[in-house]
Amino acid sequence: MNSPIADAVKPIASENNIVAAKKNNIRQRSAKVNVDKITLAHGSGGKAMRDLIDDVFVGTFDSDELSKLEDQARFDLTDLSIFGDRLAMTTDSYVVDPLFFPGGDIGKLAVTGTVNDLAVGGAVPLYLTCSMIIEEGFLIADLRKIVRSMKNTADEAGVSIVTGDTKVVHRGAVDKLFINTAGVGVIPHSVNMTSDRAMPGDVIIINGYVGDHGAAIVDARGEMSLQNTIETDCQTLNELIQLMLTICPDIHCMRDATRGGIATVLNEFAIGSNVCMHIDESALPIRHEVRGMCEILGLDPLYLANEGKLIAIVPAEFAEQLLEVMKTHKSGIESAIVGKVTESPRGGVILNTTFGGKRMVDMLVGEQLPRIC
Amino acid sequence: MKYVDEFRDPEKAIVITKEIAILTKQLNVTRKKPLQLMEFCGGHTHTIFRYGIEQMLPKEIELVHGPGCPVCVLPMGRVDDCVELAEMPNVIFTTFGDAMRVPGSKKSLLQAKADGADIRMVYSPLDSLALAKKNPDKEVIFFALGFETTMPSTALTVLQAERDGVKNFSLFCNHITTVPTIKAILDSPDMKIDGFLAPGHVCMVVGERPFDFVADHYKKPLVITGFEPLDILQSIWMLLKQLVDHKTLVENQYARIVPKQGNQAGLQSIADVFELREYFEWRGLGSIDHSGVKMKEAFKEYDAERKFSVANIKIADPKSCQCGEVLKGVIRPWECKVFGTACSPETPMGALMVSTEGACAAYYNFGNLDELIGKREQIEAVNV
Repeated sequence: MNSPIADAVKPIASENNIVAAKKNNIRQRSAKVNVDKITLAHGSGGKAMRDLIDDVFVGTFDSDELSKLEDQARFDLTDLSIFGDRLAMTTDSYVVDPLFFPGGDIGKLAVTGTVNDLAVGGAVPLYLTCSMIIEEGFLIADLRKIVRSMKNTADEAGVSIVTGDTKVVHRGAVDKLFINTAGVGVIPHSVNMTSDRAMPGDVIIINGYVGDHGAAIVDARGEMSLQNTIETDCQTLNELIQLMLTICPDIHCMRDATRGGIATVLNEFAIGSNVCMHIDESALPIRHEVRGMCEILGLDPLYLANEGKLIAIVPAEFAEQLLEVMKTHKSGIESAIVGKVTESPRGGVILNTTFGGKRMVDMLVGEQLPRIC
Repeated sequence: MKYVDEFRDPEKAIVITKEIAILTKQLNVTRKKPLQLMEFCGGHTHTIFRYGIEQMLPKEIELVHGPGCPVCVLPMGRVDDCVELAEMPNVIFTTFGDAMRVPGSKKSLLQAKADGADIRMVYSPLDSLALAKKNPDKEVIFFALGFETTMPSTALTVLQAERDGVKNFSLFCNHITTVPTIKAILDSPDMKIDGFLAPGHVCMVVGERPFDFVADHYKKPLVITGFEPLDILQSIWMLLKQLVDHKTLVENQYARIVPKQGNQAGLQSIADVFELREYFEWRGLGSIDHSGVKMKEAFKEYDAERKFSVANIKIADPKSCQCGEVLKGVIRPWECKVFGTACSPETPMGALMVSTEGACAAYYNFGNLDELIGKREQIEAVNV
């Protein structure tokens, strides 16, 4: 394992021999999947499934805990308590279409999404599960690519994938591949970020360009035949967030802005804290290409999905210093202060438009549908 | 962004709003008896809300958001017909995204899709024709709607289908026309509009002349208007200038796009494929003579209404909805009995709540801040 964090929570030393023996067993069975497509047999519980798990998952994820092939992963509480005093747990399912898109794939997303859900609560993410529901006929080469991508992303974030499940269903019962990951992390003693803590006077910070993921997916679906390639912003945020917490342990609120975009998160904060989120359109970092696509399709970047963007509500006195430090991290180079928390209208989000007007920014209703004229 | 940001320059906006304030002072209007200017087109409504233009204007000017959102004025019966067509076996029903959420008497297209109908969102009628070519064993129906702006693209797609010999493609034609509708508004007895911002993209196709009657006959000033925020402000200034100078003219603010004579090729394609209907039903406004088009006899095999049996049942608008009065500027959206309570973007009752181009949804989403907040507090108080 690459990360010092993951190293520290390796399974208890006395079990190492057992692990080695189990790993050896796997090697002895020399399980290999020799067909090129997933069939129902790979989900049947028999030899084909065992081979798939050994070859594709256990072999790639390379986690001691997973290699034991018990029905559950086990952690030592004393080891966990080094990191803090509260466990954080989350789960998310990933159904993105297409599976591969510029800058990422469903596997990368399945790790970053769950890691980020832990990280924005201030938790140090430690362990992930991986459940896959696979449509029969799925290419094993693609599955390997996706699993490899999960592993690489997990390594980067310093988390281990410690247990999992595989189901194969009839053609048409799912669309190619769905992944669920659950995650466990530990929240340090001093950290307390909740959506009801925003206070008038606080400052709103975002860690970079808005809407890249949503735009990348629209683009990758190829329906618009646009010429540029917008890459997803899919990235893990735990390192950046831990860095921010060293500067200001008392960040009031933080969420990652995924589906529903930053508009949704800001509304959640406004309602949760019964304050107004007042943002400045001209301060919002939006890529030229994303703006262009939104202009053509009649979409609003405020509602486009992100997969590596956090919104933090911070005490004003820490804002500049936080911004400076965030910009030194690769996930925060384009960080910006985009607005401030005010008293009223309570529960609302107000946008100062670039044009000099003002408007409300409400939650999105249904899906964002392109306008026709 | 080049060719876009120039039309959103806040400094120029300040200059124009000052000029607008000066002209407004010269007119005999008050906050209680405001000057009512109607923007006909949903695209304008969207820009006005998106950039918060209402708050930049003097309180004595009231913008009335007209019926120019083709999705919003679609009557329930037509939506029911769409659902019926979409739910026929072996059909792929294609539509612009906006129309998916419009409520029918039983369900919307979005709900029909969830129930299993093969309904797909497209960005152009040509996408729909391509689907027909790709699926020769299916009937592909395109839900054609919109004003003159979208008519040429639909007409050209039909002509293309004919040239390519595609037999499994048809239109459910719901195109509507602007001129009879503006006329109907001007003729209605409770009409109070003082001037019109005319739809720039419609005029790009039809030209300036079709709107002459507004100035000549009804003696109301009209300015053909573009869709960027500075376009809107400049057009409002032009309307005020006419009013101050006691003139009633058709002026063209959007000359960079709108040629005086319109787009001849576009007009020809419309004339080739479509003819006027005797009348067409509008949600909120009722039946308006010659306000819709249908396909000519020569193209009947591309006409879904003739090809399949379409019930075409007229369904009355819900009684509590006051869409019609909002459309005509008689009441303002938040003054409607059901605004924000029984009718909201989540569960729209009236058409104006459906698309963000609809006046009510625009108010609900983007808000006239002062009124909206007041209304919300009221609603919350009731709910508590």
